[in-house]
Amino acid sequence: MANNRVLVVGGGLAGLSATMKLAELGVAVDLLSLTPVKRSHSVCAQGGINSVNDQTRQQGDNEWNHFDDTIYGGDFLQNQPPVKEMAYWAPKVIDLMDRLGVTFNRTPEGYIDRRRFGGTLYKRTAFAGATTGQQLLYALDEQVRRWEVEGLVKKYEFWDFLGPILDDNGRCVGAVAQDMVSMEIRSFAADAVVVATGGCGLIYGRSTMSVFCTGSAASRCFQAGAKYGNGEFIQVHPTAIPGADKLRLMSESARGEGGRVWVPRKPNDTRAPKQIPASERYFFLEERFPKYGNLVPRDIATREIFNICVNEGLSVDPTRMCVYLDLTHIPRHELDRKLGGILEIYEKFQGVDPREEPMKIFPAVHYSMGGLWVDYEANGEGGLLPGSPRNQSTNVPGLYAIGECDYQYHGANRLGANSLLSCIFSGLFVGPGIVNWMKSNKAAADLPKSIFERAVGEHTARHKKLLSNASGTGENPYLLHQELGDIMTRTATVVRYNNQLTEAYEKVSAMVERSQRCSLADTGNWTNQNVIFTKSLQDMIPIAQCILKGALMRDESRGAHFKPDFCMPSLQATDPTERRLEAEKWCDAFEENTSKFLKSSVCSWKGQEPDLVFEDIDTRLMKPRPRLYGLVGGEVIEEVWKQRSRSKEESAPSKPAATKQLAGSV
Amino acid sequence: MIAPGPEVSPSRRPSKINVRVLRQDGPGTPPYWERHQVDYEPDMNVISVLQKIAAQATTFDGKKVSPVAWDCGCLEEVCGSCTMVINGRVRQSCSALVDRLLEDNPEEIQLQPMTKFPVVRDLMIDRSRLFHSLKRVQAWVPVDSYFDMGAGPRIPREDQEQNYPLSQCMSCGCCLEACPQFNKVEVIRHAGETDEAFDARKKQAYDAEFIGPHAISQAMLFNSHPVGKNLQKERLETLTGTGGIQACGNAQNCVAVCPKEIPLTTSIARAGRAATLHTIKKLFDR
Ligand SMILES: Cc1cc2nc3c(=O)[nH]c(=O)nc-3n(C[C@H](O)[C@H](O)[C@H](O)COP(=O)(O)OP(=O)(O)OC[C@H]3O[C@@H](n4cnc5c(N)ncnc54)[C@H](O)[C@@H]3O)c2cc1C
Ligand code: SF4
Ligand code: SF4
Ligand code: FES
Repeated sequence: MANNRVLVVGGGLAGLSATMKLAELGVAVDLLSLTPVKRSHSVCAQGGINSVNDQTRQQGDNEWNHFDDTIYGGDFLQNQPPVKEMAYWAPKVIDLMDRLGVTFNRTPEGYIDRRRFGGTLYKRTAFAGATTGQQLLYALDEQVRRWEVEGLVKKYEFWDFLGPILDDNGRCVGAVAQDMVSMEIRSFAADAVVVATGGCGLIYGRSTMSVFCTGSAASRCFQAGAKYGNGEFIQVHPTAIPGADKLRLMSESARGEGGRVWVPRKPNDTRAPKQIPASERYFFLEERFPKYGNLVPRDIATREIFNICVNEGLSVDPTRMCVYLDLTHIPRHELDRKLGGILEIYEKFQGVDPREEPMKIFPAVHYSMGGLWVDYEANGEGGLLPGSPRNQSTNVPGLYAIGECDYQYHGANRLGANSLLSCIFSGLFVGPGIVNWMKSNKAAADLPKSIFERAVGEHTARHKKLLSNASGTGENPYLLHQELGDIMTRTATVVRYNNQLTEAYEKVSAMVERSQRCSLADTGNWTNQNVIFTKSLQDMIPIAQCILKGALMRDESRGAHFKPDFCMPSLQATDPTERRLEAEKWCDAFEENTSKFLKSSVCSWKGQEPDLVFEDIDTRLMKPRPRLYGLVGGEVIEEVWKQRSRSKEESAPSKPAATKQLAGSV
Repeated sequence: MIAPGPEVSPSRRPSKINVRVLRQDGPGTPPYWERHQVDYEPDMNVISVLQKIAAQATTFDGKKVSPVAWDCGCLEEVCGSCTMVINGRVRQSCSALVDRLLEDNPEEIQLQPMTKFPVVRDLMIDRSRLFHSLKRVQAWVPVDSYFDMGAGPRIPREDQEQNYPLSQCMSCGCCLEACPQFNKVEVIRHAGETDEAFDARKKQAYDAEFIGPHAISQAMLFNSHPVGKNLQKERLETLTGTGGIQACGNAQNCVAVCPKEIPLTTSIARAGRAATLHTIKKLFDR
């Protein structure tokens, strides 16, 4: 494989694990990143990484259950074979990270300690203090540094990926990138390009993500012909600390330990929180959900907080939207004992002691389930065929996508601690497939130079055009970004309405042209961050369009996508017979909706806007069932649903038996 | 508690913030101070100040200028990108809160690039030497392969508790900025020099100089891992060689500025003992 070269774009968990695996397989890798790879966004993950383990196994857990939880949590919107393969690999992934020296927390006996995360009954989550992502990233970074010394990996840090290069047959044979220091634009010939560029939170202005998470790299692939799937599924975390620059995560445990969420009843009340008497405080979660109070499920908390600020105008701060999360009624020593670590984060960044003053929090965009569409090849057991060049391949041959920037693993909603897993898994798994892909193709380095020169020419022209826009007369890229973020946050996060989405789509589409007219304050050719940012802003817009269009066309509620005009209602009837009838109707409606919308939205770029089609989902291993978290009448619906499933099984006896066998055989 | 209580009335807060930035257009060009003014908002940090400066691209006295260049990433003090010298002190700019800075000096906020690394532009510096030190101490676990070989060795909880703090080093370089023994090395590219030739020259220059406390600490981290230990000798060889541990004057400045509160001087003391043993052992092994 001496002459083969692979270009990996992005050095988060996904890109680094792919790089080290490819190097081990003897493939030379060029690794390109906006930032030294050790500073990639993966460093921010705190909570942990999931796998079945010896302890949970003895409590009845197995890989199949992890697979089931992931699919159920994702509201069945995933093709099942890749998710199954990931769940079965999870214990191996953690073993490997353990061998690489990750400082996982230990039990007194020296085994890896585990905690429980949302969406499961088992303690599957391995963690390293409150910095699991950092520790995992560093272990991979160290291995890649080792390969760098061996000469198999060459890093290009502070480089911006500008787009893939396709030959005349549409095969990806490399990429164009720009040195962010010298501003040199050059091509990289590569027999395969792996895009591992993470999420796209910056499309929303501010999010819990790092500044590198613009989605621009995925967008550049999309605009070059790669498909983009399930864009509308954006996870919003209920409690984050709004900052002028970033929204920092505030753990759910603050509410778990008794934190109360409230706003003043009077809009625009300017009094300090402590001066507002109890009778004038609106504990809206407690009033509206007397049973669960402040601990309503995550999505509901998110929606209510959003609603109180956006639609009811009760934000506690005139300049930004937020509500109080109040711990001040709890004794100081108790807070320090139970919540010390997370309160320090608040203190460090807000300069305010949350033991004395209520915290100001607001939901924040946190994760993109959608991303570049990727293929897979299933094996006979319903998992993946190892070494297949189709695994993780976009529809552009030779162009692969892994990690948060692919759409494959989390469906309509990601479970906590499953993302770090999907990143490392997809990175390790893609390697052998790429090696097989390269065997059957002419080496990119032997192709005519003109292909590469043409691509560099196009990107140079784009760059020069931007620099030559007359200064001071056009759009200010930073303000345009703010505008984009505001529109997206208002219309395409927690609660979605078709009229708002239509309007937003028009406004954002107009930005395609407006962003071409950005004028730059810096027209120089040395470390010009102004032009790099403007290009990434231009490229955020097509992805924003995918998100809006998907949200608009998906007339249902599923996982993170919630439309009040299209959601399955709770049961109203109190009389048991009527309730039963209502449940029957509910199940009919559910089945109808499933046949209509249990589909991936898949966008292709058409020059000015995306074209969207719905694509069937591979549910070969497990049939969809209603997700009933917290729905009134859920018990009755579940009963009806189970009866229906049983009678279906009886009328078609051979099929479910096969499924069961699959489940048990691996 | 340092936080201003609710009794500080909003009217006492300034409406504008003065910022002085030490700018430099590129390597080898002279630095110069430039004054900016931005609107005050509650809960600002230095990053949001720089974001405003970038959007304005106009100085205090109305002159159009290019936006100030700087480096940042996570904005929550965990990626190590955003190190700079703020009001004379090296630190992460994302956790540098404007209200706190104004308490120390209400007149202005002063931003300078780190002085121990070559300036790329404005507040952007080139920290490749810091990462090169990690190669010098082979800061990794030399596993056989990435195939599935089962779990790693069992690790006592005490060892994890000792190692976890060391493994939080985010390569920010604060410790290097503060260390009196760590001096700036700037290798200027010759006209027409190839990437390879330039890299080789840089490597040579870095190898001749002090490795830095962060790398000594990483060497100790990997020397105490059951498999990482396999490279113990090689690491100690580096630490006893040129630019190794004997360059450390034990001034302890490093540990005082580390944002992650990594016990650097403890690591240095451990490394010192291990290096002495290594040297003695080598004498007897001859
Ligand atoms: C605050 C927070 C906490 C989280 N906690 C958890 C958790 O506990 N458990 C869990 O499972 N998940 C968690 N997640 C999610 C998880 O951290 C991410 O999904 C995951 O780290 C993404 O990894 P990645 O390798 O796909 O991409 P990233 O780590 O984002 O890396 C992307 C890489 O691509 C590069 N890149 C991007 N664009 C370009 C370009 N144009 N040119 C060149 N290079 C480019 C970047 O430089 C970077 O190297 C959390 C997320 C957040 C925001
Ligand atoms: S103790 Fe050593 S490494 Fe630390 S500042 Fe002093 S001389 Fe530098
Ligand atoms: S030891 Fe501390 S100061 Fe030095 S680079 Fe690491 S985190 Fe930064
Ligand atoms: S931006 Fe990451 S440490 Fe400051």
